Amino acid sequence: MLRNDLPLKIVTRTLAILSAAIVLLVFGFLVRESQPALSQLGFTRFFTDASWHPLSGQFNLTPMIVATLLTSVGAIVLAAPLGIASAVFVHFYAPSSLAIWHRRFIELLAGIPSVVFGLWGLVVLAPIIAQLGGSGQNLLTATIVLGLMVLPTVAMLSDTAIGWVPQDWVHGAAALGMQRWAIVGKVVLPGARRGIAAGVMLALTRAMGETMAVLMLAGNIVEMPTSLLSPGRTLNANIALELGYASASHRSVLFVSGLILMLVVSVIVIGVSRWEGRSNGGR
Amino acid sequence: MADDNLPASATNNDRPSERAEFIAAAAVWMAAMLVIGTLVWILTDIAVRGLSEIDFAFLTDEVRDAGRAGGIGPILLSTALILLVTLAIAIPLALGTAIALTERIGQETCFSRNVRRCLDVLAGVPSIVFGLFGNAFFAITLGLGYSILTGALTLACMVLPILIRTSEQAITAVPNEYRFAAASLGLGRTATLFRVVLPAAAAALMAGVVLSIGRALAETAALIFTSGYVTRTPESLLDSGRSLSVHIYDLAMNVPNGGSQAYATACVLVMLLLAINATTAFLLRVAGFSRRPAMGTQR
Amino acid sequence: MISTEDLSISYNGNTVLRNVTIEAMPGKVLALVGPSGCGKTSFLAALNRMTDLIPGAHVSGRIKFTGQDIGDAFGSSVELRRQVGMIFQKPNPFAMSIRRNIELALREHGQRNADSLRQITETVLRDVGLWDEVKHRLNQSALELSGGQQQRLCIARALALKPQVLLMDEPCSALDPIAAERVEQLIQSMRGSYTMIIVTHNLAQARRLADHVGVFWTRDGVGEIIEHGETEKLFTQSTHETVTSYLAGRRG
Repeated sequence: MLRNDLPLKIVTRTLAILSAAIVLLVFGFLVRESQPALSQLGFTRFFTDASWHPLSGQFNLTPMIVATLLTSVGAIVLAAPLGIASAVFVHFYAPSSLAIWHRRFIELLAGIPSVVFGLWGLVVLAPIIAQLGGSGQNLLTATIVLGLMVLPTVAMLSDTAIGWVPQDWVHGAAALGMQRWAIVGKVVLPGARRGIAAGVMLALTRAMGETMAVLMLAGNIVEMPTSLLSPGRTLNANIALELGYASASHRSVLFVSGLILMLVVSVIVIGVSRWEGRSNGGR
Repeated sequence: MADDNLPASATNNDRPSERAEFIAAAAVWMAAMLVIGTLVWILTDIAVRGLSEIDFAFLTDEVRDAGRAGGIGPILLSTALILLVTLAIAIPLALGTAIALTERIGQETCFSRNVRRCLDVLAGVPSIVFGLFGNAFFAITLGLGYSILTGALTLACMVLPILIRTSEQAITAVPNEYRFAAASLGLGRTATLFRVVLPAAAAALMAGVVLSIGRALAETAALIFTSGYVTRTPESLLDSGRSLSVHIYDLAMNVPNGGSQAYATACVLVMLLLAINATTAFLLRVAGFSRRPAMGTQR
Repeated sequence: MISTEDLSISYNGNTVLRNVTIEAMPGKVLALVGPSGCGKTSFLAALNRMTDLIPGAHVSGRIKFTGQDIGDAFGSSVELRRQVGMIFQKPNPFAMSIRRNIELALREHGQRNADSLRQITETVLRDVGLWDEVKHRLNQSALELSGGQQQRLCIARALALKPQVLLMDEPCSALDPIAAERVEQLIQSMRGSYTMIIVTHNLAQARRLADHVGVFWTRDGVGEIIEHGETEKLFTQSTHETVTSYLAGRRG
């Protein structure tokens, strides 16, 4: 290392530390703003209060947590098979020109903003779902659109994971006379399962973190959902709706819900990166 | 990369498994067509409902009647300002971090591992949480209030992980031969970086920037509580300003009969994003990549 | 000019080269021959401290430049690499114009005067025989040149820094026969003006070009020099069994 390379090292390392520190700053502020609610109300009230009525001091988060889980898991139920099928399609079934276009379309889908998804869902999808009963603004509509939104994540990561499976395995299986679907199902997908699982987990974090589309489509009534056709409100949507006019303690509770979300997502992300790190040895 | 020389069935007289192969193929094709079909459905819907409303006046007029009339001129300006400031903050930070992380290629040090872990978590943080943070830190603690600056600072935090990741990939993609040649000519690390490596990585670095612009454009939840809702033309960076996506949200949810304008704005936004997609792909081709390197990024 | 004493190299604890003691005389060509994997490339890399760039590389023993330890002779690896240039097996010009390829290092080492730069560029391009071929397209990308031209450009680029020693790692092996011959002729013409150490697999080439030869071989998986000396003496009068069979083409 030359003497005149030292400034570069110092400057870039400082910038790197700054970048890394941002997440700690975010976390720190969430904790700071959650403090009042946590110390005054205690954690159990978020689950045991009568309902969610901030103006009367009721802060039960459970219906919203349930709505969050329902929509996120439901989105994955939709996105995972379609995303994996999409990746399989591109690698094994599509002629190469179609495969290139399919990949481009998936990238396009990935880039569409959530408000646009929400707008389309509101104007086009909701009336269709309304034929099943209700106004069409319910958890089902939100779940479908959410599934569409996280599908590219599953598709692109599965695409990469399948690409990593050695061609020799595929050729070996074909030489043994296996059918294409059998090769895919018994050789390729098991071989790619770590990457695919990572893709699904990351899609889950995306679904949990999504706000706008769900806000526009899920109906916004804070009630324990009884079926997929019930309206509901997720934690994220709740923050977006109420932060603007929340009073001090109410605001603090909103920060608590944000903190919960961040913690859950962070745990999943760290888990996935450790898991992938052990299998791939890096990116 | 389809395996065209992969036999659909090895033997033709195996009835049950041939049927199974047919079913599997049909299922995969249907899934793929379903995905594409939905995308086409959404895009056509936006085009049909939105294109008719767009003309030069729409793009430049002031916002009138809560958005039901007039145009999106000030909104385009606010959006552009937010993007510019976001990039001004994020690019130096991301480039510096990427350089620090690629100090020794192929070797994972304690430093780089921990920085990367922090960035991975940052990438996963939900956008509304960024909105909370931006509101608490930039708007209130730093006293910037609802402003373009606040929004840009918050967005900079959000695009940082993806910008760092793409910059890293751009730098490591420069062949080692260039580095060895530079070193053998007595160039130090700083000179090698700025005179040989970064110029060679320029196109891919640009692609990363363009990609980040696309992500930033799509962002809504983080901006609602940081750059705000104001529809006036902003006069300084400390003024509040509404971005395109926030405008769509407001028109769709809070303004009765705002639907058609919402669609028009959505159409503009999607067209911008299409242009961005095309630019990214072009830049990557120029840089010699065959596909987009950064996959599975969070929103 | 440049010599080593008991030079050993290991990567992450695995020794690849052991106790190499050899000297390259001023103005002479030293050819290093031997089968693949004997550590010849690593040896070259140690001489201009390119091993510093390889993670896990460890060099022990002494390297001397005109009698002085290189740590004392040069203040930094930058100065060392000015005096000891390197040509790689696969030509690696920068993705820039021909002119800029040559001027880049010159500028970095302090030469900024536009006239001097142009002068030096023309001189070294003439020296390697490229001037007439490229003088009308100096501002075009170096990557558009043929393999042989690129390699000669890399040599010109190194010569621009006026080194005393040139290290060449199989400079002709990635080139077609005609281009290889041109580069070989160039090396012939440089004898006497530069001290050169050339790694080559081509024994006939070594015999043509070199004043001295060092024969590398592996023993217990580690590379060593088993014999070295004047070219003709080695080829005709060596008594070492492995060396004679290798040089006669019966082994390796």
